[in-house]
This record gives sequence, C-alpha cells and structure tokens, in this order.
Amino acid sequence: MNALARALNSDIGYSFRKTPVAMVSAVVVTILILSAVLAPLVAPYNPFDPATLNLMNGFSKPMEPNAFTGDVFWLGTDDQGRDVFSTILYGMRVSLFVGFAAVLFALTLGVTLGLLAGYIGGWTETLIMRAADVQLTFPSILVAMLIFGIAKGFTPVDMRDQMAIWVLIIAIGLSDWVQFARVVRGATLVEKNKEYVQAARLIGRRPGAIMIRHILPNVLSPVLVIATISLALAIIAEATLSFLGVGAPPTQPSLGTLIRIGQGFLFSGEWWILLFPAVTLLALALSVNLLGDWLRDALNPKLR
Amino acid sequence: MLAYVIQRVVQSFIVLLIVGLVAFSMFKFVGDPIDNMLGQERTDADIERLRGVLGLDQPFPVQYYKFLTNAAKGNLGVSYRQGRPVAEIIAQRAPATLELAAVSGFLAMVFGIGLGVFTAIRRDGWAANTIMTVSLIGVSLPTFLIGILLIYLFSVELGWLPSFGRGETVMIGGWSTGFLTASGLKALILPSITLGLYQMTLIMRLVRSEMLEVLRADYIRFARARGLRERSVNFRHALKNTMVPVITVTGLQLGSIIAFAIITETVFQWPGIGLLFINAIQFVDIPVMAAYLMIISVMFVGINLLVDLLYVAIDPRLRTDRAGAH
Repeated sequence: MNALARALNSDIGYSFRKTPVAMVSAVVVTILILSAVLAPLVAPYNPFDPATLNLMNGFSKPMEPNAFTGDVFWLGTDDQGRDVFSTILYGMRVSLFVGFAAVLFALTLGVTLGLLAGYIGGWTETLIMRAADVQLTFPSILVAMLIFGIAKGFTPVDMRDQMAIWVLIIAIGLSDWVQFARVVRGATLVEKNKEYVQAARLIGRRPGAIMIRHILPNVLSPVLVIATISLALAIIAEATLSFLGVGAPPTQPSLGTLIRIGQGFLFSGEWWILLFPAVTLLALALSVNLLGDWLRDALNPKLR
Repeated sequence: MLAYVIQRVVQSFIVLLIVGLVAFSMFKFVGDPIDNMLGQERTDADIERLRGVLGLDQPFPVQYYKFLTNAAKGNLGVSYRQGRPVAEIIAQRAPATLELAAVSGFLAMVFGIGLGVFTAIRRDGWAANTIMTVSLIGVSLPTFLIGILLIYLFSVELGWLPSFGRGETVMIGGWSTGFLTASGLKALILPSITLGLYQMTLIMRLVRSEMLEVLRADYIRFARARGLRERSVNFRHALKNTMVPVITVTGLQLGSIIAFAIITETVFQWPGIGLLFINAIQFVDIPVMAAYLMIISVMFVGINLLVDLLYVAIDPRLRTDRAGAH
C-alpha cells in the first residue's frame, strides 16, 4: 500500500490523477489485458475445444436465444457455432502476446544498438545508423511483410502454422527497432560526456558496465514512451498482417484473423462476427495510444 | 551544391545495391531453385546441367552481378506459382495500382490542402473543430477497418458502389485503364478514399499548422494593412509560403501510398501489384517477392532523391546551409 501511495503522490501520479483521458485509457487497457490473460477463466466457452461446439448454434444473434437450441450468446456465434465473445478473448491473447513480445524484441535490439552506436562511435555508429536510415526509407508494415515472407520460406512446410506466431513477432520487432536505436543513441551522446560517466571511466569500469549500469538507467524514460506507442502500432501491425492473411494462422486466430473471417459474412448480414472483434481492436489500440500520448507529455519536463 | 547532388545520388545508388543484395539473397538462400524447377524424377546429371544453365556453379559476386544486370534489363525471373515471367505479370498488374495511387494522391492533395487552409482560417469555428476531431479518429482507425466500413455503408447498406474489383477496363496499348468507363470510375471511388484518407489527414494537419505559423508573420499583417482582399492574403501570400514542407511531405508520402495500396487492394480485391505481393508471400513465391521489393525500392529511393533535390532547388537558403554542413 505504501508503495502505491508513494506512486500516486509522485509527479507522474499527480499528472495521471489530473488527466481523465489517461485514467479512462488505463482502466480500459487493464480490463482488456486482464480478461485476455484470464481468458480460460472468463470465457464462457473454449472456442478451440471441438467437444463444446454445436453446429446447431451457428449464426446465433447476439443476446437472442438460438432458434434450434435456445442457447443465448452475448455477442452471438460464428458459422461453426463458436461463441464470438470467447473467440475475442482468446484472439486478444494472441494479439497482446505478439504485440508485447514484438515490442520487447524491438526494444532490446534497438536499445543495444543505440547504446553501442552512441558510446563507441566510429564505424560501428556509421554502420548501425546507416542501416537504420535505409530501413526508414521503407514503411515498417512493408518491412514486416517482407521479413514474414522470407522467414516463411525458411520454415519447413509442416511447421509453418506452429511457427507463424514467432515469425510474426520477429517480423514486427525487426521492423520497429529503428525508433529505439535513434533515441537511445541521441541520449547516449549527451550522457557520455557527463561527469558521472567520466568518473566511472576513470576508476576503470569496463565499457560494457558503463553502458549498462550507468548510461542505460538515464536514457530509459524516452524508451518507455516509445515502447508504449510502439505497442499500439505493433497491435495494429499484427492485426493488419493477420487480416491480410500473412499473420496468425486460423488455428490460433488473433483479432485481425477474426476480422478477416468476419469480413466474409458482411454481405450475408451476420454483422456481429465482424463488428465485435473490430471494436475490441479499436478500443485496445486507441487506449494504448492515448496512454502513450499522456506518458510522453507527463515525462517531458518542458511541458510542465 | 554539385557536391551535395553527387553525394545524394551515390547514397541512393548504395541503398539500391543493398536492396538488390537482399533480393538476390532471397533467391540464393530461401528454398532451392533446382527443387522448384525440377520435378521428383531427376538425375544427378539433370541437376548438374541445370546448375550450369542457371549459373549456380559460379562464385557469389559473379552471380550477384549477373542478377543485377538481368534485373536492369527487365529480366526478373519466372514466378514459381504462375510459371510466367515476373516482369510480364507485373507489367499487366501495374496500371491498376498506379491509377489507384494517382487518384488517392490527388484526392489527398486537393482535400488535404483545402481543408488545411479552411481549418487554419476559421480556427475556432465549429466546422473547423469538427473536422479536426473527425481527422483524429481517421488517423487512429487502421486502413483495413476504414475500407470495411466504407464497403458496409456504400455497398451493403446503400448499394451505390461496387465493393470489389476494377469494373470494366479499356486497353490502350498494353495499359488497361479504368478511367474511361462509368463502372471503372465508380469502382475507383471507395478504394481511393480508403487509401487517400490517412495521407489527407496528414497533409491537412501539416498545412493547418504551417498556415497558423505564417498567418502570424509580419508580412501578412502588412498585406492586410495594404488593404489586400482576404482571399488574396490567404492564398497568394500565406499558402504560397507553406508549400515547401507540404511538397516534401507529400512527395515522401507517395511511396507510402504505393506500399499501403497492399492493404487497400486486399480489402477491395483490386487486381494490382499489392495484391500480387500479398499472394506471393502467402505462397512463398520468391521471384515475385524479390521483384516487388526491387521495383518498390527504385520508386522509394527515386522519390526520396527527387524530393531532396527539389527541396534544395525551391529553397535557396538550404543551398548554403547544406554546403556548409558537409
């Protein structure tokens, strides 16, 4: 309790309490993440257990008893009688897992390369920053698609569906490291001339230790902001790739896959199969984005 | 000035060489071309002969050089999936994408600049505020959801516009155009709005913030003091001076329009090169992927180079700055 009280009284906590948008977004994100993590407990059905499926329940309308079985589904069912609410919860698990893992991968790679480029300089810096420039020439969604395609070529045909999630994480992560590297390099260039770094160098600490123990903690706050905004972008990127059919496989549908499936029923009038996953995706991406915006302003001392 | 131009050209060339290397490595290391071309019944002699024919027994730099000269001549290999030359497939598909991108870019420019000027002049009016709020939602919506929303409204509910394809097209010497038939033009409306919306909001916000900056400048006040009409002040004096950043950003956005066409083309089943690329990824059709990568890189790098050079040509102040910096 003490730690929580201290957190709420800090500068960030104060700004948080004064920004209703941030509070609402935080609540929405928390609810969505919790319900995704606890999907097996929260979801009324397990959509991937064929034993619980009843084809007679197919195309049930939201909140109305099914014509044949009389079962009621909050958000309706799809063509195979799967509960849409449950598939969304499980789909969000995939979306969030890919999002978080991809950002973590991009962050690790970008921060490492940014520290190296900023601290060592010389041709290491030139090489890393030129690579970043080349990659920035292309939109990241295109880079992710390309990496996905190449990685798919490397995986054996019978492993492709199982590996798809990991390939997706690598593709989105690799397409997104540049932002982290650029910001960390810039901050490192500033920090490395400060006295505490010179002192550490004088007492003979090795470069690796200086970078990780001394510089890294001081360049983390912009990294946090980029990570939050990257999370929203990664969730959208994952949804886009899966929607295009080059992402999560049908056996492990993410929100994007669900929207792709739902689009097929748009013309026959089963709007709920498409609408609810789309609204969930929007709520998730928008609230993470708004949190990121708030964090950027709150951590920027110039705006106070 | 000349040194700067040469430096930028050399840089662009190096980027293209690197992209070419990536494309070539895809051929070399992803899947085995021999496996792809020879069937199950093959002898070691067949394999050796094909290796010789394809030049696979030569050292890496020689193969890379051959690959580049072939690509420059327009020989981009044969699609694994369709069994036709990639260059032929792309030439057949390119008009669809280019027409879509041109219309989207045009819509984005016209409405982006128009609405940007409007929201800057009437900055506190209800209409301008509404436009700004709606544009925020437009930026947060993923492209594919905008496309689906438009299809739902205008194709499913209202039934006004087609939801997929290009409609009827007319062939004019190898170029299939949808501009000349009523159904072709109708089919263009929804995809081009979907594709152009994001760029439009981007241009609009940029024009608005630039205009607000310029409208505060002294020379605008003097223009008003001279008794010039409001329209003349806004367009001849203010807008003209916001054009440099607008041209830069718009130019750079042209590349993203072509890249994001992949998403729009999938939503609307638009038979362009974006849809071709997505299908190539799904079926790991390496020659098509590599060719798409190279063509799009040439476009991107070319546009970037052109914008950079135009920038220097338009704004004389940059010439001395750049020369001093390098």
